[in-house]
Amino acid sequence: MEKSINITLKVWRQKDAKAKGAFETYKLDGISTDTSFLEMLDILNEKLITERKEPIAFDHDCREGICGMCSLYINGHPHGPDEDVTTCQLHMRKFKDGETITVEPWRLAAFPVIKDLMVNRNAYDQIIQAGGYVSINTGGVPDANAIAIPKPIADEAMDAAACIGCGACAAACKNGSAMLFVSAKVSQLALLPQGKIEAAARAKAMVAKMDELGFGNCTNTRACEAECPKSISISHIARLNREFLCAKIKD
Amino acid sequence: MNLFIVNSSIGRKLVMSITGICLILFLTFHMSMNLVALISPKGYNLVCEFLGANWYALVATIFLALGFIIHMAYAFLLFLQNKKARGNNAYAVSAKPKEVEWASQNMLVLGIVVAAFLLLHLYNFWAKMQLVELMHQLGVNVCGDALSKSADGAYHIAATFQDPIYVILYLVGLGALWFHLTHGFWSALQTIGFNNQLWFNRWKCIGTIYATIIVFGFAIVAIAYFVKSVCC
Amino acid sequence: MTTIDAKIPKGPLAEKWKEYKAHQKLVNPSNKRRLDIIVVGTGLAGASAAASLGEMGFNVLNFCIQDSPRRAHSIAAQGGINAAKNYPNDGDSVYRLFYDTIKGGDYRAREANVYRLAEVSNSIIDQCVAQGVPFAREYGGLLDNRSFGGAQVSRTFYAKGQTGQQLLLGAYSALSRQIKKGSVKMYSRYEMLDVVIIEGRARGIIARNLVTGKIERFFAHAVVIGTGGYGNAFFLSTNAMASNGSVAVQVYKKGAYFANPCYAQIHPTCIPVHGEFQSKLTLMSESLRNDGRIWVPKKKEDAEAIRAGKLKPTQIKEDDRDYYLERRYPAFGNLVPRDVASRAAKERCDAGFGVNATGLAVYLDFSEAINRLGKDVVAAKYGNLFQMYEKIVDENPYETPMMIYPAIHYTMGGIWVDYELQTSIPGLFAIGEANFSDHGANRLGASALMQGLADGYFVLPYTIQNYLADQIRVPRLSTDAPEFVAAEKEVNDKVKKLMSVQGKRSVDSIHKELGHVMWECVGMGRTKETLEKALARIKEIRKEFWSNVYIPGDGSLMNNELEKALRVADFIEIGNLMALDGLNREESCGGHFREEYQTEEGEALRKDDKFSYASCWKYAGEESDPELIKEVLDYEFIVRQQRNYKS
Repeated sequence: MEKSINITLKVWRQKDAKAKGAFETYKLDGISTDTSFLEMLDILNEKLITERKEPIAFDHDCREGICGMCSLYINGHPHGPDEDVTTCQLHMRKFKDGETITVEPWRLAAFPVIKDLMVNRNAYDQIIQAGGYVSINTGGVPDANAIAIPKPIADEAMDAAACIGCGACAAACKNGSAMLFVSAKVSQLALLPQGKIEAAARAKAMVAKMDELGFGNCTNTRACEAECPKSISISHIARLNREFLCAKIKD
Repeated sequence: MNLFIVNSSIGRKLVMSITGICLILFLTFHMSMNLVALISPKGYNLVCEFLGANWYALVATIFLALGFIIHMAYAFLLFLQNKKARGNNAYAVSAKPKEVEWASQNMLVLGIVVAAFLLLHLYNFWAKMQLVELMHQLGVNVCGDALSKSADGAYHIAATFQDPIYVILYLVGLGALWFHLTHGFWSALQTIGFNNQLWFNRWKCIGTIYATIIVFGFAIVAIAYFVKSVCC
Repeated sequence: MTTIDAKIPKGPLAEKWKEYKAHQKLVNPSNKRRLDIIVVGTGLAGASAAASLGEMGFNVLNFCIQDSPRRAHSIAAQGGINAAKNYPNDGDSVYRLFYDTIKGGDYRAREANVYRLAEVSNSIIDQCVAQGVPFAREYGGLLDNRSFGGAQVSRTFYAKGQTGQQLLLGAYSALSRQIKKGSVKMYSRYEMLDVVIIEGRARGIIARNLVTGKIERFFAHAVVIGTGGYGNAFFLSTNAMASNGSVAVQVYKKGAYFANPCYAQIHPTCIPVHGEFQSKLTLMSESLRNDGRIWVPKKKEDAEAIRAGKLKPTQIKEDDRDYYLERRYPAFGNLVPRDVASRAAKERCDAGFGVNATGLAVYLDFSEAINRLGKDVVAAKYGNLFQMYEKIVDENPYETPMMIYPAIHYTMGGIWVDYELQTSIPGLFAIGEANFSDHGANRLGASALMQGLADGYFVLPYTIQNYLADQIRVPRLSTDAPEFVAAEKEVNDKVKKLMSVQGKRSVDSIHKELGHVMWECVGMGRTKETLEKALARIKEIRKEFWSNVYIPGDGSLMNNELEKALRVADFIEIGNLMALDGLNREESCGGHFREEYQTEEGEALRKDDKFSYASCWKYAGEESDPELIKEVLDYEFIVRQQRNYKS
């Protein structure tokens, strides 16, 4: 049932990519627990605007947990303390009255801060561009039912494909590794017959790009899997390792 | 095939994985050998003699040392790279999700403790055994007493573990080893791709049992000899 | 009076598209490299178009407002995509998909366009499967289908409850491949602010780099708009926060017609509004109506007790529940089209049978499905939707019925385009939700994904060549041309004007006010009075906005409030157009329900003799009302009927 809480927010403010950032503290009273976390930030911004101050910049778009745009590190967790959700689906009922909430941007060499809580996640796009696709053109493809795919395989590919590219995995990783993200795409396409043809080349190209962009080395801490809003399993990382090593050994 | 074991993150992890697995196998062998000392000190000494400064034992020792060195060197390399990947600003607040094992986030620290323990162990045993024989063979003048005891492993065990401080140091080292292995075991298999959703929990369980057996096997010898020294 | 030519090819319905393709002009490969195309938007339509045009060899500049093309709001589509594959062997065909779509759109769409859409629908599924889209499959390994509103066959392909995501990621992967190749250059975090017209043709755009705040100029031989719909004029909608109708307004002001603005779809199954601070509404997929049953209490006192929190829905006996859709529409039951389901929910709530504390909600109940199929089967089908509901509402839909209420979801209206998807400005094309072409007055579920991808993969890449074939001699023009300079200055002036207001109200507060007016007066039920009231109120809001808005920060740097303000300024114009169009259309059809025009049973009453046309609004300056041009809809092949979902 609805009730309201008073909270203190410690929010990272940083004017632009080059500026040195710092935390600022804000107090908010009477926040309904049915409010979503981002709506709470809207309320705070509205308050800042009435005080003629500059509102906090943060990324958000669909607000239903699928676009992957929102990216806040809340009280030590990417997407906050609730499980299997993005920041936009986190609700204030997960916080206590009087609680101090620390909000930070993703902090990662490969995801530089643009402003306040916004970061540049272009690195993930570049990794997909390196090979996260099946090389076919529009048209001239066989009938959709020409290749039967066992349901368990299709389902596992779907589980991998559920990745929203939000960056929580790399943000959560103490090594700054993007392996969960890369493996989700490699695994999805390696499982399906359509993607198998290029599987080896894809794994090599995407891993090379990931390394080049300055992501760290995976040490299997599982923080990525635990914080992933879509619960993507590290078994996909095992498959990526397999694909990559087999490809390299064959060379 | 190029140098993917240096240039790529997965390649570097493969090196950690393979050297780690070799070290686990060595530990298994070492632990089994130690257990002999519990049953028969004489038999244990036979094994020691067998593993003295013979060519095959020396080759194995060199490989083993290489394994250790590469494992450690890569550990530092990975640590530095990962630190760089994290960027300059650390999180003000960070919380450990409950699924994340403590050991997995502290492998380097645990590894350093294990390495320190290894140095101590080398000083206690290897320096007094294989090294002495080796020096003798190379014509270095070694004190006769040390030489005659160089194949008497049981004597060295008894001598070391009568000191309670050593027993405690060894137990601490073994504790660190246990944590290191519980993560290292399944992590090594995960890295070489030998894992999936079904096997994940199996490997973890097997790894924990395995680590426990190994560490227990080592610890029981130290404790048994200490107890023996106190009682007799 | 301006006349309008939709350029529909002659010949029998089934032959039109084939005929067109057989005789259209093409561009040879070496010339393709010399032609630049700007594609604005990276949703299903934009991404698929940019990727396909890049593959063909054109030089493509692709713009998106988000940080990555993968985040366009197509990603949020849940339920599925229609195609006339007839895999389940239940009697589907291209004709039937065409017919259902025309009927679903309440006979207000162009026959030729819709037939083409149905025709290419099958290729879309083939294409997506080849890209590695993990559609749901049967145990035999073949593709699975489910049913959706407005159809009596199962023709909807789906990937869990994330079909839009998977299709978009497919298009995004194709796009990424072209970016790597260099045939597409991606501009993310850019927002288009104007189109540049040179000698009557679209030749480029003015866009703002949202990171640096810099306003930049881009040339192209043709411009393609795939920027989605304008549902956010209502403030609360199922659209994403950045979804906007600004590009439609920009091109409208430059001479493109805005067609059927009043056709807005209200989706029946959204999570109800819970408070004034709410920023958006969350959709629960229409696919839920496959197994969920919609009801309200039969007795008013039960409804009142539920609203007061004294009674739980599970305590209401079966006999005391009114499954009003099954009661009113026995043939289609819970799977009536969206407009019908939405109005029926509103009718029950207005009559006092609504639930939730606000009285503005109905139940969507899965208890019967859980008993029949088991919890596991229900979880496998709808698990992610149930989880989403639980996270937002904090109630477990496996145990207690979901609460739902209609919300603005999709806009069938948009930029007018001809059969070639070209707007009334030569060289300017519009695809996907941004255009008005295929859904008439109401869109059927799972048809938006179909249309977006049809336009992007299989229609535009053909039709745009028919235009570009004549442009091969046009060199790449300098962006220093006076038209570019003038367009940029116009944009700069607008930004300066907004920044200089320095009033007292935040952008959001004015947007919310507009949203209230829209929902109250131009929402599910409209009358002459409410629409006139809306026009008057919007006038006041426009004045308030331009004299009292406050935008903090610097207009020449990154400024989220400025971005929002630019969009709200255009939403005000769209709101005005919607009300104007609604007032003109003195009939009820699909998503446009004029309460004065209904049958005795409360169904939409069309007036085919007077309103069988698409209303195309032509801009006539700030001070005067736009000119209405009518594109008459000739129904050559279908006989129009009163829509009937009862028997």
